Amino acid sequence: MTEKFEKLDVILATDCGSTTTKAILIEKKGDTYRQTYRGEAPTTVEAPFEDVTKGVLNSIQEIEDLSNRKFLDGGKIIMPADGDVGVDAYISTSSAGGGLQMMVAGAVHQMTGESAQRAALGAGAIVMDILACNDKRLPHEKIERIRQLRPDMILLSGGTDGGTISHVMELAEVIGAADPKPRLGISYQLPVIFAGNKDAREQVIAELGQKTALTITDNIRPVLERENLMPARHKIQDLFLEHVMAQAPGYKKLMEWTSAPIMPTPGAVGLIISKISEKLGFNVVGVDIGGATTDIFSSFESVFNRTVSANLGMSYSVSNVLTEATLPNVMRWVPFDIDEQDLRNRIKNKMIRPTTIPQELSELMIEHGLSREALRLAFESHKLLAVGLKGVQQERSISDAFDQSATGASLIQMKSLDMLVGSGGVLSHAPRRQQAMLMMIDAFQPECITFCTVDSIFMMPHLGVLTTISDKAATEVFEKDCIIYLGTCVAPIGNTKDGDKVMDYKITMPDGNIISESANYGDLKLIKLGLDDDKLPIEVPIEIQPSKNYDAGEGNGKTVKKKVRGGVVGIVIDARGRPLKTNPDRKKRIEQILRWTSALDCYPQKGGGR
Amino acid sequence: MAHAYTPGLRVTRSTVLQKERILPLKGNVIVNKGDILSSDVVVAQTELPGSVFVLKNVVNQLGCDPDEIYDYMTKKEGEKVQKGETIAENKPFLGLKFLKTKITSPVDGSIEKISEITGQILFREPPVPVQIVAYVDGKVIEIIPNEGVIMETSATFIQGIFGVGGETWGELMVVADKPTDILSADKITPEVKGKIIVGGSLMTYEAFEAAKKNGAKGIISGGLNDADLRKLLGYDIGVAITGSEKLGLSIVVTEGFGDIAMADKSFRLLKERNGHKASINGSTQIRAGVIRPEIVIPWDWDTEVSKETTDAERGGMSIGDPIRIIRAPFFGMIGEVTELPSELHVVESETKVRVLKVKFKDGKEFVVPRANVEIIED
Repeated sequence: MTEKFEKLDVILATDCGSTTTKAILIEKKGDTYRQTYRGEAPTTVEAPFEDVTKGVLNSIQEIEDLSNRKFLDGGKIIMPADGDVGVDAYISTSSAGGGLQMMVAGAVHQMTGESAQRAALGAGAIVMDILACNDKRLPHEKIERIRQLRPDMILLSGGTDGGTISHVMELAEVIGAADPKPRLGISYQLPVIFAGNKDAREQVIAELGQKTALTITDNIRPVLERENLMPARHKIQDLFLEHVMAQAPGYKKLMEWTSAPIMPTPGAVGLIISKISEKLGFNVVGVDIGGATTDIFSSFESVFNRTVSANLGMSYSVSNVLTEATLPNVMRWVPFDIDEQDLRNRIKNKMIRPTTIPQELSELMIEHGLSREALRLAFESHKLLAVGLKGVQQERSISDAFDQSATGASLIQMKSLDMLVGSGGVLSHAPRRQQAMLMMIDAFQPECITFCTVDSIFMMPHLGVLTTISDKAATEVFEKDCIIYLGTCVAPIGNTKDGDKVMDYKITMPDGNIISESANYGDLKLIKLGLDDDKLPIEVPIEIQPSKNYDAGEGNGKTVKKKVRGGVVGIVIDARGRPLKTNPDRKKRIEQILRWTSALDCYPQKGGGR
Repeated sequence: MAHAYTPGLRVTRSTVLQKERILPLKGNVIVNKGDILSSDVVVAQTELPGSVFVLKNVVNQLGCDPDEIYDYMTKKEGEKVQKGETIAENKPFLGLKFLKTKITSPVDGSIEKISEITGQILFREPPVPVQIVAYVDGKVIEIIPNEGVIMETSATFIQGIFGVGGETWGELMVVADKPTDILSADKITPEVKGKIIVGGSLMTYEAFEAAKKNGAKGIISGGLNDADLRKLLGYDIGVAITGSEKLGLSIVVTEGFGDIAMADKSFRLLKERNGHKASINGSTQIRAGVIRPEIVIPWDWDTEVSKETTDAERGGMSIGDPIRIIRAPFFGMIGEVTELPSELHVVESETKVRVLKVKFKDGKEFVVPRANVEIIED
């Protein structure tokens, strides 16, 4: 438990994003923590303000106005709380200025390289490049790359403890020769963390000690079969504060205000996802789809992983989604035809004017098609990285370790995924919640029984950093205020042909009424099951009898009896098969998409086509 | 939030502009405060460290261990070397020549490091000189020691929405009669050499090719098709971060992608300043720290100009403001704000947003989300 305060009744939390600073107020009501007010203001890291605290104060000022509670005195936060004045704790996350951008280096790309990547991503960084002795680039190409990218920080790993030091030194020499300069601030040295073979420490210090701000920490791969990422992750977050944040305008002041260290926004989201997974005993996949990037977080069998797709997003990077996904893949979700040139111009115009919103229904549908593809691509990358070593306990044979990337089984087993958490504008602010649910189902293709939720106002960063001072406050607010319960997706695995029976199912509704139906291949149905008086999802028993070619979780044709949860959408019976296929024939595909979106009442009938 | 709309792009007949001209690394400033300079004058220079080359497997070739490498070196760390020059050699058994191995330098430069741990040798090529020019005709108003200068100029200033290619300058040459004219190849003549061409609405790929062939320095137009951009770059732009393209000329698009007429005011100003020298920069960055492409057309030194108010100083949008719609269904249309209702409004997509009422030239009024308009700045 992380209950660090004797009295913790009023908590103020901010997330300083690239464009907006979002503040929330959390208050203890009786014995329960609830999020009560929120405010937002433009982030003020850049000219003409160049002081992040101005935006923070503006966002807090909004909460002051709404709550009639006084937080500020002469531009400072009053602590501790006394009656209607002040707060007991103030915490913050930050992704302003492009977040934490890192390069990582490891002797072998598939081994220490990937471990270093996982360490950096888990700490909340964007990994700009992975340097490795076997990455097929010539040394001078690596040197040029370091100079060109100018990362905020480099994580150098390589070698097991007691093993050879020549490979890691080869990389240290490359970094030394590049004489790297950090992205922000001309006058400070680039932070480099060495988390490799402990026997190489002296030589690494000799090579990089003078040229960089070198920090040594435990080896991320002390032996071949074991990964030890946490010391490096903690060191990354410490240095993020000391070196990177401290260079950003106003952050020194902000760091003095906070009751816990400021965290990189994605690092904080990862913390709350891990915490919830641990508390509920669920395997969880979370996604944050932003304007520029898409982050995927997963916690499977207590192993946490995070990936960031730096150029998959809904505004700044939307054009790249089209490039990577290709036009046919985007259009397979759109129930009308559109001239290709017109569509491409529209997407480019969204890229150059990223704050615009879809006024017409057809534009919204195109955005939803793009979002499905961005989510799909980001999740594919995640599955590739969330592989292999299962934390520090599991051991692997040498041959497994060598083949980690190519043959290591993904930790992401959709069949055992319990909960999907979506966040980001396109999901959290979709005009109808069914749209968010169907976007997630189409993109992630959950299998068997999966509970779907969205973050109401992107509160997860605040709650993540809150876990560092109070697990109780963070998890209570997460369950009661942060998450919007959409409902459960029931989707047996298998593929046959149109009209074939996929399953029979029986659901005992809260009033005792039993829904007993069948679903055929291609069907998508919605069964309304909502929330209880406490706004928590109603749980009901379901019995699924899949056909012989379908698996609902227990194997082909085997009956599954479980409980399913309702939500603002309900129970989605998805008999479209896994993997999900859209009809290759244009006319049939349009009919298919219209049938599916109508089944969930996703869009208004008028204007469903163009 | 007070500014729930896209801040407008600046289009101003006369303003005082300041431009920071900073070296990527510390170096020497070679002009003085108060100097009046032309765009092509070098204001500061430095030397970037040369590229590094690495010779791996040296010890294998010499037949020694890494910690013995110094015994085989004929050149020391820091010493200058020429390409092909011997830097290390082994001591063959009984001095047999056919067993002798010589290691030679792969580049002209110096020996940066000889590693006793990895056995590799690092070479550094001579430094690369880097110069920063004034970019705009103007006056040096401040020297930033060892880094660069701040130039000031009074100029007509137009921000574009998207561009490619970096800084360039030349005489403005307006080839369109009106802002709706498509910039086609037949409007490009050999006279465009060294000049910055101004079209009206859509710039075609053929016009770009003709301009390039005839030696133009840049093109300014209202719109550009995505397909043509891909064709002229040879790849698709996924994220709007541009400026380093080597196209041979720079492009500034004022309105967006597609066949969109240039805003009247921008076209009128460019027409008024036809024949004058302009500096343009296609660099665009649409993320935190937005950079838009720009057109700077300096006035003569003795022209009196006043600094005009910017959007940030004006404090928001008012009834009567001229606006441009920046998203379908009225994309590219220009109108005037007639109403700014404070309550949220549900638009066709069922999105609940703050809206405004706009009146177009034909007198028709429509409701549009405030996020989908931008003020046409003075």
